Amino acid sequence: MPLVLPPTVLGFYLLVAFSPSSSFGQWLDETLGLRLVFSFGGLVLASVIYSLPFMVQPIQSGFANLSGSLKEAAYVLGKSRTTTLFKVLLPNIKPSLLTGIVLAFAHTIGEFGVVLMIGGNIPGKTKVASITIYDEVEALNYSAANTYSLILFIITFIILLSVYLINGRYTLLKK
Amino acid sequence: MIKIQLHKRLHSAIGKMHLDIDLDIEPNTFLTLYGKSGAGKTSILRMLAGLMEPDSGYVQVKGNLWYDSKNKINNGPQKRSLGFVFQDYALFPNMTVKENLEFALLKNQEKDIIKELIEIIELGDLQNRKPTTLSGGQQQRIALARSLVQQPEILLLDEPLSALDQEMRQKLQHYILQLHKEYKLTTILVSHDVPEIIKLSDRIAQLEQGKIIKDGSPNDFFNKNNKVQEGEVIAVERDGDTIILTIRIEGRQIKTKIPASQLPF
Repeated sequence: MPLVLPPTVLGFYLLVAFSPSSSFGQWLDETLGLRLVFSFGGLVLASVIYSLPFMVQPIQSGFANLSGSLKEAAYVLGKSRTTTLFKVLLPNIKPSLLTGIVLAFAHTIGEFGVVLMIGGNIPGKTKVASITIYDEVEALNYSAANTYSLILFIITFIILLSVYLINGRYTLLKK
Repeated sequence: MIKIQLHKRLHSAIGKMHLDIDLDIEPNTFLTLYGKSGAGKTSILRMLAGLMEPDSGYVQVKGNLWYDSKNKINNGPQKRSLGFVFQDYALFPNMTVKENLEFALLKNQEKDIIKELIEIIELGDLQNRKPTTLSGGQQQRIALARSLVQQPEILLLDEPLSALDQEMRQKLQHYILQLHKEYKLTTILVSHDVPEIIKLSDRIAQLEQGKIIKDGSPNDFFNKNNKVQEGEVIAVERDGDTIILTIRIEGRQIKTKIPASQLPF
């Protein structure tokens, strides 16, 4: 669902759910002492909810590409489901895990709607780079916007490049 | 003694099929399940190993019930003491040869067996390599060794040699036979390679459409002593310079070509 939901919509409902005036927000505040609205913690949680689905797809395809007999072989050798998962399955889909993590991360860096809604764009607290770019453009401060954009651009490029390099090396090693 | 009675509705490539098997297997037998693909051979192995659940029946090994539909017993594959060699070897790519074998060790089991097995399959030089860097025959030997680390009494082989060339096949047949004797195994092999079956088996069960249609020694099956078989010619067709004869032997139809010059018409 978060895959197709417009980020602002998701952000809005999270904002409503986390706000102390709702019963869930109240419960969070009273029992766990958590204030998730307009705080960095809330921003992180909302981003996780929003970006996690982007991890699922690569990991799922990683599992799908794994031969089913690996799992069965481990079972026949008397290994439990958990042992099989951690010792056999997960180590053999490392590239997919990495791709999933990085995709989710890169996706979160540039996230706008959810972060703006739940974080509230408070300077020094929940103001993130992607929102700053928008603010600077709105203030017609193009050179600052350019600087921020360039930094984000370079970061994402480096991340993507390293994923390809690491995964490329991995598949080479396998051969 | 292994007693098996299995019933299961299967969806094979040909369509729906009812698997219906009743087998008693003496200890130390080398039994081959022989038949066309889709006859249910692999399904039998999978049901023995607990990787597939039958609709009804029982699996009894040395008096212990591993599966019994009447008493609702169905041990998972973890609880069945047997070795299984998969068609695609199923070696763990993240572990070296040695680690693959060590992974198979039971809790508190001595490591001596690994040394012993590596020696038998002659892979000492390669034990620190990852399996994906090895040849098919070498991988198959590792899979074979790994299935025997826990020293099971039953070994299940699912077309283990089908992906190998002739020379490698013969070498591996030798290893399989050696291990079968050395560890006094009861081995069940799925194969449709006739020379291989003759070489390895004590007993052959032929499957067709999920039923055992013939059960006996290799001699009963493949007429090693060149017994003359009787057949019936049911059609003679002419195709240019050749004659195509359709002959029926033991309910099976065989077509054979001969030069037209050999016939008087």
